[in-house]
Amino acid sequence: MMRLPPFRYLAPRSVAEAVRQLADHGPDAMVVAGGTDLYPNMKRRQFEPRVLVGLRGIRELAGIRGSARQGMVLAAGATLTQVSNHPEVLRHYPAVARAADLVSTPQLRNMGTIGGNVCVDTRCNYYNQSYAWRKAIGFCMKKDGDICLVAPGSDRCLAISSSDTAPVLWSLGASVRLVGPKGERVIPISALYQDDGIQYLTKAADEILTEIVLPPVDGLRATYWKLRRRGSFDFPVLGVGVALRMEGEVCREARIVLGAVASQPREAADAGRLLVGERLTPELIDRVAEAAAKPSKPLDNTDLVYHYRKRMTRVYVARALRELAGLPVGEFPLGMTARN
Amino acid sequence: MSPKEELAVIGKPLPKVDAWEKVAGDTRFADDLFLPRMAYAKILRSCHPHALIKRIETSRARALPGVYAVITGADFPPVKFGIMPTSQDEEVLCTEKVRFVGDPVAAVAAVDEETAERATELIDVEYEVLPTIMSIEQALAQEKVRIHEYGDGPNIHKAVSLEFGDVEEAFRQAHLVREDVFYFEGNTHLPMEQHAAVARWGPDGKLTLWSSTQTPHYVHRAMAKVLGLPMSHVRVIATPNGGGFGGKSDPFSHEMVVARFAQLTGRPVKCTLTREEVFYCHRGRHPVLMWVKTGVTKTGEILGMHFRSWLDGGAYGSYGVASTYYTGVLQTSTYKVPVYKFEGMRVFTNKPPCGPKRGHGTPQPRYALECHLDKIAADLGLDPVELRRRQLVDEFSMTANHLTITTCGLGECIDKVVEASGWRDKFRKLPPGRGVGFAASAYITGAGLPIYWNKMPHSGVIVKIDRGGGVTVFCGSTDIGQGSDSVLAYVVAEVLGIAPEDIRVVTGDTDLTPVDLGSYSSRVTIMTGNAAKEAAEKLQGLLFDAAAKKLDVPPSALEARARRIFVRDDPDKGMSFPDAAQLAEAAYGTLAAAGSYTPPMRGGKFKGSGVGPTPAYSYSACVVEVAVDPETGEVRPVEIWIAHDVGRAINPLLVEGQVEGSIYMGLGEALMEEQVFRKGLHKIPSMLEYKSPTTLETPEIRTVLVETLDPEGPFGAKESGQGPLLPVIPAIANAVYDAVGVRVDEVPITPEKVLKGLDLRAQGKEPRVGPERVPAARFPEPIRVPLPGEDSTLEAQATIYRRAIHRREGPRS
Ligand SMILES: Cc1cc2nc3c(=O)[nH]c(=O)nc-3n(C[C@H](O)[C@H](O)[C@H](O)COP(=O)(O)OP(=O)(O)OC[C@H]3O[C@@H](n4cnc5c(N)ncnc54)[C@H](O)[C@@H]3O)c2cc1C
Ligand code: SF4
Repeated sequence: MMRLPPFRYLAPRSVAEAVRQLADHGPDAMVVAGGTDLYPNMKRRQFEPRVLVGLRGIRELAGIRGSARQGMVLAAGATLTQVSNHPEVLRHYPAVARAADLVSTPQLRNMGTIGGNVCVDTRCNYYNQSYAWRKAIGFCMKKDGDICLVAPGSDRCLAISSSDTAPVLWSLGASVRLVGPKGERVIPISALYQDDGIQYLTKAADEILTEIVLPPVDGLRATYWKLRRRGSFDFPVLGVGVALRMEGEVCREARIVLGAVASQPREAADAGRLLVGERLTPELIDRVAEAAAKPSKPLDNTDLVYHYRKRMTRVYVARALRELAGLPVGEFPLGMTARN
Repeated sequence: MSPKEELAVIGKPLPKVDAWEKVAGDTRFADDLFLPRMAYAKILRSCHPHALIKRIETSRARALPGVYAVITGADFPPVKFGIMPTSQDEEVLCTEKVRFVGDPVAAVAAVDEETAERATELIDVEYEVLPTIMSIEQALAQEKVRIHEYGDGPNIHKAVSLEFGDVEEAFRQAHLVREDVFYFEGNTHLPMEQHAAVARWGPDGKLTLWSSTQTPHYVHRAMAKVLGLPMSHVRVIATPNGGGFGGKSDPFSHEMVVARFAQLTGRPVKCTLTREEVFYCHRGRHPVLMWVKTGVTKTGEILGMHFRSWLDGGAYGSYGVASTYYTGVLQTSTYKVPVYKFEGMRVFTNKPPCGPKRGHGTPQPRYALECHLDKIAADLGLDPVELRRRQLVDEFSMTANHLTITTCGLGECIDKVVEASGWRDKFRKLPPGRGVGFAASAYITGAGLPIYWNKMPHSGVIVKIDRGGGVTVFCGSTDIGQGSDSVLAYVVAEVLGIAPEDIRVVTGDTDLTPVDLGSYSSRVTIMTGNAAKEAAEKLQGLLFDAAAKKLDVPPSALEARARRIFVRDDPDKGMSFPDAAQLAEAAYGTLAAAGSYTPPMRGGKFKGSGVGPTPAYSYSACVVEVAVDPETGEVRPVEIWIAHDVGRAINPLLVEGQVEGSIYMGLGEALMEEQVFRKGLHKIPSMLEYKSPTTLETPEIRTVLVETLDPEGPFGAKESGQGPLLPVIPAIANAVYDAVGVRVDEVPITPEKVLKGLDLRAQGKEPRVGPERVPAARFPEPIRVPLPGEDSTLEAQATIYRRAIHRREGPRS
């Protein structure tokens, strides 16, 4: 069996205490919420923190509140199961519920939190491997080495942003609240990310993400489409979050955000602009989908052939838009129709 | 033998004898064993695909607190082992050379797993890296790089060539001759339970090994050989297996490592492999490149067939010699192939060794053959089912390659699935993107020969009756989840007229149980069942004799049923089973009897004739309906109909379970599973990234069981553990063709391959995706074997045989 490296586990009762503990232990410490991402990574020695600050016992980090009119707040510690089953979320932000529901398996969603999902480590199949495997192929810069094995010429890591909820939250214009030793700040979730496979978050290591703030619904319609091999278990190898603000038949605002095509969620801004002021005709949808596929630059470091994933960007964006336009979408990918 | 209705236990959907333990979590798998003072072992494995070992330095590892012992290959006698006598090419820990990433090099025993693992990282190995061979083409091209020094040529483990009749002549007479090339990518078993072993070295100098193995007898032999111990001082206990599928059929390094550590430290030692290590042990499906050429008449009757296969064997021999033959032998056992030529070759590559996985060597050629026949049907404008239906092998006949067919329910299987699936209303008639595909297959019910040459039985059973009427059945077989323990109980219960729950089954323990060769080749029900039946019938004879005296009737007037022995025509006149047992024990002494089974000697008298013969062949026919998304290339099976000729369903519930499991496994192989490599490493050695289907990918399955009551099987039973996998893969490929007109001649049929085919079609090119070429043929001169009909003695034998066993009123008893 693969074993965890030794560590000390701290169980703070408040965010303030957690922040203090993080600051006290500096780079030796990491935050753990559900642990569904971090523990497997620790077993493979991708992280070897000496101290884990566990967030599970912090009451402030639990719960979902708010309304469609004021917007809703998802506390970072809400589990993915809670998010995907919450009646208000299901009714008013069905795309968020769908994205949460499409994460992995029921067991993992019972443990995994929305905060952890937003912060989930980037992935690469040269990196998500045991220590012995990585040693055998030669370590890469994301851990223990100094080159990139996918793109040997690259001076940065190109590991893939693999959160299912991030593209949807970004497309909706959600914000996140961060609390650190220097106080707290609220930033748009788009500002939480940067295109670097190692430093994929802009948040400081000693900042805790306490909540995700969803804007008032106000005519927003959103959806999420996920490409993966199987109807369960699998991380996205392409995610498409689309949010439109409609005024009657006309689109007033549009955001298309792609997941799993770069080290951060990537907004297809040019494609989104094509929609503004227009009706969602099949012809326009095809044009937008074509444009949205441009920023999609998958590499050969996850499941399915990369040119196939690129090609699917167009198909999935078109289907997501068709769904929002009430047009037929063809077959849903496996597992996606289960509850939505 | 009695008609079906008269059987009390056989044919009933009873629970498995180990069902309660399993659902209550009480089953103790090898990793659940904890012995006092137990140490934990970890194996250091090669990080190079191909390298010479220059030096191994273990002092840093030895110095780590908590480490009890560190061993290398030098700690074992210099003998090699391997499952096949002709391929003894494995070392417990490599001494001079490593041949794949994952090859074992050194091992540590320590106070806990963490310490053992840390210690392996402190072992310094100096390697001299050698060029690597990662494909069939490279193996044949790079003659100077040699993975092994033995075999039939540079990097050629085995090359065979057999010709039965003149194929060229058959092609000359044919109306149509078609050639096709196919590739089947390798894949692995993926059992839920990772291999584990615990060894204990007793103060008496005897060794006990508990291991999740499918073949305790072969492990027993290998352990004794490698450790230099007499077999009588080695006891191997097969723990319940959490799935095997062929992946636990070889003796493995970790089993010998724990044994050596137990000797050295005097402590019990356990080693449980990680999931990644299970991928390295492998012994899974060979990647096979295939070329097939068939000549047919205007109406599609096969006149002759020529089949070539190239197997990518990985780094060691394993079962590879048998696998090579298996890619060629069963082509003749479904449809009449009057003239047949087979050439096969297995090469070594620097990958984890391939071996037997469910269907052993036959799913690959079955996929090729069934797609090839579909193409022939299309060329001739014939319905693919009709083309096959009209040339099925005859019952009680002999094939061109000297295989004896006994019962064959394939015709009935075909009719059943055609009917149930609505084939006639669907084939070529479904809307675009929807399609149906058909395929059929045959499989052996137990290999006719053991792995090592000997004249002893393949299976032995001892049955003992206690004074209280309790019955214990002892057999060397191993239940890997398929229900073989239950089959022993059902058979004995039927004969003795008691209930399966009155029986305790003791299996897979070389000290306690008579030899059974193991859970492979679908041999267990037929062989242990026949042996158990023989033993139980001997005891039934004693019980009847004793009871008859007391009741003053002839023994032939008695019947055993519902825990009683009574007069058939006067059921009130009788006694309880325990009373009869006490009478019999008083009269004849301790009640125990042995039964054994040896398959009939069959097959031709030529080199290579040992692979393929079996007491009986099972048959399957399958229709799959798929939906193909033309934009994404995703293939989704919608519904699967399968009919399987199992001879007799000893327990229909278990048979259906085997059929459904086979289908699920076939789906994975057809659509997603692939054991692929990058830079000499397994690309994705994890359960998350090695894609195998979940229940969500498994469609509705409609299973029909066909019973032909084969004279060779216990109560007429054949097999169901492997055969039903075979038709699934080609049926899916054929359904994809019906749905979108694309031929994917390469498994797995991934979405990108389907899209590529659709692109080709849109460009007006041949919509086919698959290998274009095969290597230049470098097969040996064929062994030319006369057809059975050409050789009068063989023909005479076959006729006698046919007459002797064609007693449809019942199987041998
Ligand atoms: C087999 C498997 C399949 C998976 N499939 C998917 C999938 O399909 N889609 C998907 O999106 N994910 C998937 N995951 C990843 C993971 O399960 C989810 O992303 C989950 O939501 C992570 O939440 P967690 O609470 O378990 O995070 P943890 O593992 O506890 O933490 C993840 C990371 O976030 C940090 N973190 C957690 N909470 C906070 C916080 N409040 N503030 C600051 N930092 C924080 C941790 O330090 C850590 O670096 C999968 C994981 C596995 C093992
Ligand atoms: S993208 Fe390159 S650097 Fe990043 S994890 Fe993969 S191989 Fe390593």
